Amino acid sequence: MLLLIFISSGFLFGCARKTQSIVLAGSTAFQPFAEKLAEVYMEKHPNVTIDVQGGGSALGIMTALQGIVDIGMADMVKLPKEADPLTKTIVAMDGIAIIVNEKNSISKLTSIEAQKVFSGDITDWSQLGPKKGNIRVISREDGSGTRKSFDKLVLGKIKLTKNAMYQDSNGTIREAIKSDPNSIGYISIGFLIPGVKPLVFDGVAPTNENVKKGIYKIFRPVYFLTNGEPGRLAQKFINFMLSDEAQSIIKKDGLISIK
Amino acid sequence: MKYYLEKIIEKIIMLIAFSAISILIIITFFIFKEGCPFLFKNGILNFILSPAWDPSTKEFGIFTMILGSLWVTVGALIFGVPLGISCAIYLAEFADKTIRGVLKPMIELLAGIPSVVYGFIGVMILAPIIRTYLGGPGFSILAAAIILGIMILPTVISISMDSIMALPRTYKEGSIALGATRWQTVKMVLLPAARSGILAGVILGMGRAIGETMAVIMITGNAIKIPFTPLDSVRTMTSNIALEMGYAIGDHRAALFATAVMLFVFIMILNTMVIFVVKRKN
Repeated sequence: MLLLIFISSGFLFGCARKTQSIVLAGSTAFQPFAEKLAEVYMEKHPNVTIDVQGGGSALGIMTALQGIVDIGMADMVKLPKEADPLTKTIVAMDGIAIIVNEKNSISKLTSIEAQKVFSGDITDWSQLGPKKGNIRVISREDGSGTRKSFDKLVLGKIKLTKNAMYQDSNGTIREAIKSDPNSIGYISIGFLIPGVKPLVFDGVAPTNENVKKGIYKIFRPVYFLTNGEPGRLAQKFINFMLSDEAQSIIKKDGLISIK
Repeated sequence: MKYYLEKIIEKIIMLIAFSAISILIIITFFIFKEGCPFLFKNGILNFILSPAWDPSTKEFGIFTMILGSLWVTVGALIFGVPLGISCAIYLAEFADKTIRGVLKPMIELLAGIPSVVYGFIGVMILAPIIRTYLGGPGFSILAAAIILGIMILPTVISISMDSIMALPRTYKEGSIALGATRWQTVKMVLLPAARSGILAGVILGMGRAIGETMAVIMITGNAIKIPFTPLDSVRTMTSNIALEMGYAIGDHRAALFATAVMLFVFIMILNTMVIFVVKRKN
């Protein structure tokens, strides 16, 4: 059995070498976009295969450092120290919206209020408006790029409340909030759908236009990380990511283009 | 010629058997190698008894998660065991052949449903019901206990049923000959006689409940706090590992491996209990 697996995997790797391949890994928020763009790229360059894996921003950084992948993807406001030696290219921006259930009568928060809600100083909706009931904070798990950026931009040095619940993706946070009228959380602007209500933050609505204008403050860049100068293939793909065509796809799908 | 062929096949089969065991050894070795240095550096007691888990400030305590795992597992047993054992009694003693022929495969099918599907049902149906009628966030110990209770049913039912049916016919005949009713026979003769088999089934079910990850991540809410009521959200040891593994570097990664070591110890204790119980039966 084992022998068979070895032989067949050797065979597979052998095949893979014939076409040129690029491996990407990292940010789960950017993964679907990267997959889509990789498909577009592969259609144009049939001899290149691009393998897009998730795993999270930290994994993107780690694997890029170790040279396991050609390009690591990370979406954080501030990259950790470990990422210093890597070559960084910003390929898109991504805004983060604070969301509540659509039945919630609250429609805006100031940055101070948001800080108090997420740190647990405000625990009841009545402290913010006519609505009553316990506030249930839903956050991303520790280490997520979205979480790190949100902590940094909204909470600053204050800690997230101990009562917070955790979901492990933008999609599951969205579903949890869609079904619970007392909950509050945050997701990438590209993931907004009817059923959840994005809150106006410090008087500015969370839209891609407002992030681009520089007036909506909760957003983070999406980095492509390479160990040293990118290889020829990887460089070509990064160039493609920065091209007008790729950027317009990014824009159409709900992220913010850098141009 | 025939003799050598026989020998070669024997050796190949032996190799396969050993490779299966060697994988277990490699896994054990790897988990302990990665987790133990951290445990010794930070102190095992500190790790187990501190309720603060905050990797960004290097606080690693899994007390809340041990409690979470225990609550969820005990809850699953409260739902799963009475249901499972009564179902096993019915199938073994009261059901006629056709009903048994229909029910048994369906119960086995229950074991084949992927846990993500159970989790999905929990998120979409169970959690909102609990939130609306009982309060709390819905993502709770109770939701996880109900879902896991259903998930361990196949294990509990098939093992209990097998051990009841494996009892010598004379037990039952003797009891009925003495004038006992069928229910008295079940209660006073069959259940005590099959006790160790049923217990083994329960403990195996418990192992499944404590190790389950996907469904639990989806329906417990994963809050890091000490749970006081069944309506509170908790994080289990397994969910903690799965949630944060992708991001963890350095000490954080080591702390997750240390969590795995604790989980490993828990499950080892359970398995030893099974072996002990089954041995006593023989």
